[in-house]
Amino acid sequence: MTATAVTDARQNIRPGHTLQTGVDRIRVELLQYMRRSDALVFTFLFPVLLYVIFASAFSAVDPMLIVGDEQVTQPQYYLPAMLAAGVFLSGVQNLGIEIAVERNDGTLQRLAATPLPVLAYCIGKLGQLVITSIVQAALLLAVAVLAFGIELPTEPERWLTLAWVFFLALVCFAVLGVVIAQLPRSVSSAAAVVIPVALALQFISGIFLPFAILPEWLQTIANAFPLAWVGHGFRSALLPDIARFLEVGEAWSLPMVAIVLGAWAVAGSVVAAVTFRWIKRG
Amino acid sequence: MSTAPAVVVDGLTKRYGDRTVVDGVSFEIGRGETFALLGPNGAGKSTTVEMLEGFRTPTGGSARVLGVDPRQGGRDWRSRIGVVLQSTGQAGALTVREILTHFARVFPASRDVDETIAAVGLTEHAKRRVGKLSGGQQRRVDVALGIIGRPEVLFLDEPTTGFDPQARRRFWQLIRDVASDGTTILLTTHYLDEAEQLADRAGIIAGGRLLALDAIDRIGGAEARTPIVRWADASGRQEVHTHEPAAVVRGLPGEPDELEIVRPRLEDIYLAMIDAEPADEGGGSAARETEEVAA
Repeated sequence: MTATAVTDARQNIRPGHTLQTGVDRIRVELLQYMRRSDALVFTFLFPVLLYVIFASAFSAVDPMLIVGDEQVTQPQYYLPAMLAAGVFLSGVQNLGIEIAVERNDGTLQRLAATPLPVLAYCIGKLGQLVITSIVQAALLLAVAVLAFGIELPTEPERWLTLAWVFFLALVCFAVLGVVIAQLPRSVSSAAAVVIPVALALQFISGIFLPFAILPEWLQTIANAFPLAWVGHGFRSALLPDIARFLEVGEAWSLPMVAIVLGAWAVAGSVVAAVTFRWIKRG
Repeated sequence: MSTAPAVVVDGLTKRYGDRTVVDGVSFEIGRGETFALLGPNGAGKSTTVEMLEGFRTPTGGSARVLGVDPRQGGRDWRSRIGVVLQSTGQAGALTVREILTHFARVFPASRDVDETIAAVGLTEHAKRRVGKLSGGQQRRVDVALGIIGRPEVLFLDEPTTGFDPQARRRFWQLIRDVASDGTTILLTTHYLDEAEQLADRAGIIAGGRLLALDAIDRIGGAEARTPIVRWADASGRQEVHTHEPAAVVRGLPGEPDELEIVRPRLEDIYLAMIDAEPADEGGGSAARETEEVAA
């Protein structure tokens, strides 16, 4: 009987459903991202705008460091900082606010009422984050090169460093975004809860201010969080080697970048998996 | 196909601390039946439905939807139920067709997207963003999302709140069409006419307890449907409950003012029942007077 056939088909979720719906989530997430003007301005374009302002304002200032015939200029120094800000804003700030809003306005409950797997939802968010972050980073590098004459490294190792720090940072900030999204209790408080935390961390992590000028106790605090290490990793990839004299200890410590980001990513994943709720608790 | 009831609720209870929101509610909904859960705000309707949808864990009793405990319901079970929540999730940036296309891919045996858009009367708005639609149109998107997966059981939680009368009638026709496809429907509403229009059976719930459970035209019992004769004379308005209204009218002197014979409708029976509940805010004092006169 046809009725039975339909019933049977209904009951069977085909294999590959998670991947297929996950890919469709990426499509839907990107569509929504592009149409949300606040996401475009405060997440996507913000680091680029900030870079243009910093690089223009400080372009006439003396280089931060001169060793022999090598130098580190302000526009050079702010490029890795803004790259780090971009990944951080896209992950922690934008995902955090977005998921908090979706949980509090009922969007997540509606998804929970369907056969959509949680994993497919996460694939959608991560896909959106990866794609928008790559485009954002490319845009930032293009502006730096074309408008401010920054020279990008030519050694493949440096690009490899940039790549692994970038993707480890994406994963780390994505799970932290999921975690922080559990805190706001309403749609209207989502941005108010997330943005101050994000802003404070950027100030103490060498994003807006050079890390070396911060007092030691603030550096110690910042170094417990992942953002300062993302900046450190990006600087090691993009700046001339002499820039290490501007770092704490006057040396690059990429293993610490991997350790701190990895630890935060693992801890964040566990907390995210335990605390994630489709719906807010009544 | 199984003839077991689509929904079985037995002694379902939900407590928050010492506050009992749902108190030992039991009912069954047969396959293909449309069942209305009626009650004032805060009666426990939505909490009951959310336990059936698997969103809340009962404190006591049991619930089965399509034979499955909703808390254990996996993706296969989810693909057989449709949910229209009370609050609208604002996926406002997507167009009607985009969001329906996405949901159609999430369910394994979905309805055709354009047919579904047509069924809810939104064809001409298919390319508009959901956030730009009126409240009633957004609600129809909610319903479209609820039925896109061809559910066997559809939960509708106060679906027409905020509709104008015309939109409500169009919506009723849509629900009748869905019901005639064999879909089992659980509807919560505080519009009594909606229940009369759509439901085969109803339960009346107040203060978390099920006060009545029967076919729409029998709920409250035969006695509650005793015709009422009303008129006015020199000493004020009069009212008599009688099974022989014609005889009562013949016995009246002359042509009394405001003479009418009414059979209590669901709404009168409902108000009398809700009003007899001590705990809740007393709304219809008229119903109480009716009882006193009748006594």
